[in-house]
Amino acid sequence: MKLTVWTYEGPPHVGAMRVATGMKGLHYVLHAPQGDTYADLLFTMIERRDHRPPVTYTTFQARDLGSDTAGLFKKACQDAYDRFKPEAIIVGASCTAELIQDDPGGLAETMGLPVPVIPLELPSYQRKENFGADETFFQIVRHLAKPMEKTARVSCNIIGPTALGFRHRDDVQEITNLLYELGIEVNVTAPMGATPTDITKMGQAHFNVLLYPETGEQTARYCERTFDQPFTKVIPIGAGATHDFIAEVRALSGSTAELDTDRLRQSWWSRSVDSTYLTGKRVFIFGDGTHVLTAARIARDEMGFEVAGLGCYNREFARPVRALAKEFGVTPLITDDYLEVERAIEELQPEMILGTQMERHIGKRLGIPCAVISAPVHVQDFPARYSPQMGFEGANVIFDTWVHPLVMGLEEHLLHMFREDFEFNDAAGPSHHGGHAPQKQGAPAPVEATPEPATTGEVIWLDLAERELKKIPFFVRGKARRNTETYATEKGLREISLDTLYEAKAHFAR
Amino acid sequence: MTDQFTPPPSVGCRAAPVLKQRGQREVFCGLTGIIWLHRKMQDAFFLVVGSRTCAHLLQSAAGVMIFAEPRFGTAILEESDLAGLNDAHAELDREVETLLARRPDIRQLFLVGSCPSEVIKLDLSRAAERLTQQFAPKVRVLEYSGSGIETTFTQGEDACLASMVPVLPKTQERELLVVGALPDVVEDQMMALLDGLGVGPVRLLPARSLDVETGIGPNTVFALTQPFLADTHAALERRGATHIAAPFPFGEEGTTAWLAAIAAQFGVSDETFKAVTDAPRRRARAAIAQASEPLNGKSVFFFPDSQLEVPLARFLTRECAMTAVEVGMPYIHDSIHGPDLDLLPEGPQISEGQDVDLQLDRCREARPDLTVCGLGLANPLEAEGLSTKWAIELVFTPVHFYEQAGDLASLFARPLRRKGLLKHEGIAASDPTMREVAQ
Ligand code: SF4
Repeated sequence: MKLTVWTYEGPPHVGAMRVATGMKGLHYVLHAPQGDTYADLLFTMIERRDHRPPVTYTTFQARDLGSDTAGLFKKACQDAYDRFKPEAIIVGASCTAELIQDDPGGLAETMGLPVPVIPLELPSYQRKENFGADETFFQIVRHLAKPMEKTARVSCNIIGPTALGFRHRDDVQEITNLLYELGIEVNVTAPMGATPTDITKMGQAHFNVLLYPETGEQTARYCERTFDQPFTKVIPIGAGATHDFIAEVRALSGSTAELDTDRLRQSWWSRSVDSTYLTGKRVFIFGDGTHVLTAARIARDEMGFEVAGLGCYNREFARPVRALAKEFGVTPLITDDYLEVERAIEELQPEMILGTQMERHIGKRLGIPCAVISAPVHVQDFPARYSPQMGFEGANVIFDTWVHPLVMGLEEHLLHMFREDFEFNDAAGPSHHGGHAPQKQGAPAPVEATPEPATTGEVIWLDLAERELKKIPFFVRGKARRNTETYATEKGLREISLDTLYEAKAHFAR
Repeated sequence: MTDQFTPPPSVGCRAAPVLKQRGQREVFCGLTGIIWLHRKMQDAFFLVVGSRTCAHLLQSAAGVMIFAEPRFGTAILEESDLAGLNDAHAELDREVETLLARRPDIRQLFLVGSCPSEVIKLDLSRAAERLTQQFAPKVRVLEYSGSGIETTFTQGEDACLASMVPVLPKTQERELLVVGALPDVVEDQMMALLDGLGVGPVRLLPARSLDVETGIGPNTVFALTQPFLADTHAALERRGATHIAAPFPFGEEGTTAWLAAIAAQFGVSDETFKAVTDAPRRRARAAIAQASEPLNGKSVFFFPDSQLEVPLARFLTRECAMTAVEVGMPYIHDSIHGPDLDLLPEGPQISEGQDVDLQLDRCREARPDLTVCGLGLANPLEAEGLSTKWAIELVFTPVHFYEQAGDLASLFARPLRRKGLLKHEGIAASDPTMREVAQ
């Protein structure tokens, strides 16, 4: 048993729903109690879909348990077929139905439905949403796709995008265009947008482009073995990664088509003088493995940030994330416990968080700006405008997104100079966000950006030093405190005086 | 006084035939109630013993991360807990100990059963007893079921309140007990009205905190403010209390009828009643008249969700001049919903339970001006050109009693007003072929 307040991932059957809802002509019959129908709202509200997810729930009740839940399942299955006439059906159990062991797969098989019926085994008490999506997609491909003659022109499949994915809609468009410019046709994009009939044709492609290992890796590996389709290993998030991806695709396809890279503004934006203030900003990165791996590289190599810590919530990606942490010289945080993430952030005092909606909330509480880089998704992660993360436009979007929460260059200096200004003070936050109105008389004091205990561990802050520290703007105060304490500890000092503070400042100057 | 009352319909819906269908029900389970109950009871923590699905439901229904650290959580069952129940109990004890150590502000702990905990027969009443002994007198531990195999949406609050009834202290006093979780501001208005009528002492269930003494006994009379409290109603009667049956206090008419039933019990004079209610009634009527203008003459279709459907249909038909096409309820209890059904003019199809696909067929066929439904159905129906109101908002928003009567009407009017405001129709409405392409 594990006490959970907020979860990064839903149960595995929600992953299966992401596959089913992303596809067309597929129906999911889910043995589940009525409350599990809440999952529909993820798609209709968060993603604003204009259709109900293609899912039929059996909604069995307590009184059915002693009698015939299996019969209920078969009826739901038959009704779903008659009403929706899907090209294929996937069947499975939610956490509760798993316990009553009706074997939906076996039951459906005996019904003689005239379309393929694909059983899913998703262990609800061990695995989570991403696994559910990955496994479901894999089972669909394994059941439906057959070896085929390759297309005459070089083509590939795009693998991994699902419903309710973080920017999948726009990533697919961006990468499809990129492949088109390289002279490569997209044979099938799946699961998102594909019908079961499309899936049967996946074997025609020459290779696969794996965009989201979280939800497509099993399939990519299967296709490599079975259809002799190599797949791309680079995830094209960031300018550098996009270049590497293009090189990889050229190697797989033999394409020599010229690419117009003028659209990539991020590199110049990052080099322009206004961005100098980004230098060495300490960031903490957390999310799903794939987005964290790519974000870390962007942060260091394309933004000039210092990566202060990183981690992921999906254990399936612990290994590459650990390896990357080692390369960056930081301790990896592999956990799905959001309180643990909060503690790590509190301890590290980064100047910025690149995280999920959960970390955005942590950041709000701690007064640390946060940009969202990964699922779990929120209605805000489905903007009306085109907003990919991948490819050249994705790199541009990421630059804007990450810079937006920060206090900008000159403003930072002004805050240093006029700390006491009642309208323009550091507690007010960046001026291009709301909430920088003057502090009202009698209003509660602004929340301190960082917890400010007078003592931390062994080192004691003397009064003058403590007061000086308070004069430092909030967005660098945490760093100053940390650096000074580290410096004091290194020097074996028990107390921090005004001198210590400035000696530390000189020591860490860059 | 009578000139201010709309006469009851010559034929109401109490005896109308009820359509009962069994199929997929598109509703939340009772766990959802935790989202408002934990705000209401400020010293309570709700610990769901369930699965990742349960945790995900709470998070999704609440909207991700509204509160930094809410007073609810899920003890997620893992593979090892399913193997042996004794171990599961030990695990639960451990989790509760850690929780209570970390949250010394907690005075009441609710262990909330889920489908998985019930299917594996994890006996939470045993656990609650054991933990109560361990943590008494500081913390009271109770349990109830919010599972989807036992409860529908608002029935979770019912189960929670019902679990509190047996432990209420005994009293012989003649007291009015008002039952149902209301937003504090609404509760204060209600208390002021009852106080004005000279009715008292008034006790509340749930109380805002454990320290408030709410007792119960043969001289207790109780009124429900929410129409989904059937089990609590039964539990209170078992303890000898008497129910004051009345329409529910939605809108001017409902509020007046509700107060009048209580006033009759407590022998309040007509003059006092008039003196207390005349002004707010006038205000409420004016507010409704203004807010309900877009609703006049329009039709409404209710999918079953909260059991608020019948009282709300009564409000919309009688006070906002709408016509009801279908009024779906997850459950209908004559003793609780009867007075509202009496007032609901004959005509609408009353339905109990659900087969969502068949009901959607009926809804599409009827093309009502407004459809009240759950979050899973709202956008898909909007995309088909129907206007919708999310049912869940009605349990999250202050809508009871006079001063909220206008707000209640505007909640329903807003989707229609909005439709009138937006000039550019989506491709969905204007061109069906474009819609195919856009998908
Ligand atoms: S229906 Fe059952 S399993 Fe599903 S969320 Fe509700 S209590 Fe949990």
